[in-house]
Amino acid sequence: MSLKIYVPLDSGSIALGADDVATAVATEIGKRNIDAKLVRNGSRGMYWLEPMVEVETPTGRFAYGPVTPKDVASLFDADFIAGSDHALALGPTEEIPFLKKQTRLTFARCGIIDPLSIEDYRAYEGFAGLDKAVTMKPADIVKQVTDSGLRGRGGAGFPTGIKWNTVLGAESSQKYIVCNADEGDSGTFADRMIMEGEPFVLIEGMAIAGIATGATKGYLYTRSEYPDAIRVMEEAVKVARAGGILGKNILGSEYDFDMEVRTGAGAYVCGEETSLLNSLEGKRGVVRAKPPLPALEGFMGRPTVVNNVLSLASVPIIMDKGADFYRDFGMGRSRGTIPIQLAGNIKFGGLFETAFGLTLGELVDDIGGGTATGRPVRAVQVGGPLGAYFPRDLFDTPFDYEEFAKRDGLIGHAGIVVFDDSVDLMKQARFAMEFCAIESCGKCTPCRIGAVRGVETVDKIAQGDDPDGQIELLHDLCDTMKFGSLCALGGFTPYPVLSALTHFPEDFKPRALDIAAE
Amino acid sequence: MSLSVTTEEMSVRVGAIVDACAELEGPLLPILHDVQKEFGFVPQPALQIIAGRLNLSRAEVHGVASFYHDFREKHPGRHVLKICRAEACQSMGADRVADHARRTLNVDWHETTNDDAITLEPVYCLGLCACAPAALMDDKLVGRVDEDRLDTLIAEARS
Repeated sequence: MSLKIYVPLDSGSIALGADDVATAVATEIGKRNIDAKLVRNGSRGMYWLEPMVEVETPTGRFAYGPVTPKDVASLFDADFIAGSDHALALGPTEEIPFLKKQTRLTFARCGIIDPLSIEDYRAYEGFAGLDKAVTMKPADIVKQVTDSGLRGRGGAGFPTGIKWNTVLGAESSQKYIVCNADEGDSGTFADRMIMEGEPFVLIEGMAIAGIATGATKGYLYTRSEYPDAIRVMEEAVKVARAGGILGKNILGSEYDFDMEVRTGAGAYVCGEETSLLNSLEGKRGVVRAKPPLPALEGFMGRPTVVNNVLSLASVPIIMDKGADFYRDFGMGRSRGTIPIQLAGNIKFGGLFETAFGLTLGELVDDIGGGTATGRPVRAVQVGGPLGAYFPRDLFDTPFDYEEFAKRDGLIGHAGIVVFDDSVDLMKQARFAMEFCAIESCGKCTPCRIGAVRGVETVDKIAQGDDPDGQIELLHDLCDTMKFGSLCALGGFTPYPVLSALTHFPEDFKPRALDIAAE
Repeated sequence: MSLSVTTEEMSVRVGAIVDACAELEGPLLPILHDVQKEFGFVPQPALQIIAGRLNLSRAEVHGVASFYHDFREKHPGRHVLKICRAEACQSMGADRVADHARRTLNVDWHETTNDDAITLEPVYCLGLCACAPAALMDDKLVGRVDEDRLDTLIAEARS
């Protein structure tokens, strides 16, 4: 067997030069006539080390990074293919503290395998969950997922098993599984990493969901901003179909399930499930009123499971290792593991999968190493553009759905964006309103008009036009948006605004705002 | 290029795209994506052709095309530069980079430079939040972009 050299194809790695590194590695392999194979793997999720090159040695994998094309010749000169020392040597990959401290269940194989190799996936216990599911009754699968305590990882945290049970119980000649891969929250990239680095786990999860609920057709709706993820997913679907994982009689069973990859068109609101369904049907991505629930009347009016990428990608291990195994991780009502994304102004940015329960401070200061700029951390926004800004005073908050809600925050899709002390929270509050105005689907007045008025109100505070009155008005406006909007866009935009007002009142003073207007 | 496309030619090319998507459930977004890929934007006459084929009104197709930020009504420059304006990138100086781009290119968001080389667009998250700020030049993703890096990208695009 020839030696393997790994250079990630993850778009985060590519954005830092991985394609050029891969070309340089291939050139050196040819020039030096070495019996080695270049494998494009997913990312391990340590972006300060990307592009991170790995080699497989008899004593395990060794990592080097961050590698630039001009380092490649010297790596070969230093005999890095034997795991030898070099200025960029990081030692055995699994021993890197950031990785070693994690509990990787959903991301078990991400960064390890060739994303498009079924053999690689199988070699690392891939499809073990589906193998079991095809021998089970749908109701038993649903029970196992329910018992695992898995909750929707898209942000709402609704129990996955209960949603599946509703679809299972619905009578219809056609049901659907829709994977919500419209990961538009700033600070999040876990869905993208799974799609690029381990697409089969998502396909496996969707197929299991199909078997469990009686759905034979699936759609993965992702973003046009993720061209690499689209390419890998589409290829993976073809490979899975050719390998008998998708299509008629999957894995030789009585069950049929097939799927398609669809691309959104730059509308943030389409990450909301009913808006996504409209978009998938070829309509404007306008939010639908609930009820009817998508589980009963979803895509094309048929019973539909709409689940986030991470929820579906967590299903295979639950089927393989059992509900208890998964449920034993976590705290309170937040069971299992959560892939936390450390982003923004952070020294060690990347993906950190761990059981629920670490505190925000542990995540930002200990694991993330504080800011990239070296300045003090002043605020973190958790849960995307609709999440609250937390000050250091709240760094003892454990990462858990309920604990964050208690402090008027949300974990959302588990992205944490770190800001140093140069952040201006009045500007961030204005941006939250501006973003809502740009992305509002227009259905509800509080969101459509309120967001525009919100921007104007913040501008008036900055201009010194009755600032105290405007702040009161802003609170009132946030109340109206929170309680008068159909979906989370209008309903949750108040979170960043109110948290900025509550925790950083000193920033809301008349002065010139440095705004890059849209 | 597309500007000189005759009505007949447009009808044939758009028709072929619609036909290729005929079997899909909810075909309109895939059709609009393919039309934009074909012409660089979604030409007005294409809306009527699509509407006719899908048994929709032109207004319905226009409503969908105009809802989504991706679909353009006019031809962009030879290159499209997207700069992320979302929070994670803001925390690493994206506003500064964006201001630099607007000054250097002498355009505002959604505008094209005088030499027709570059159209500047905002984007809200490329999923590169751990290597911010991020930009996208056509299909090329760039992480940790700063003013110098941006100047190089712009120079490459113009050469």
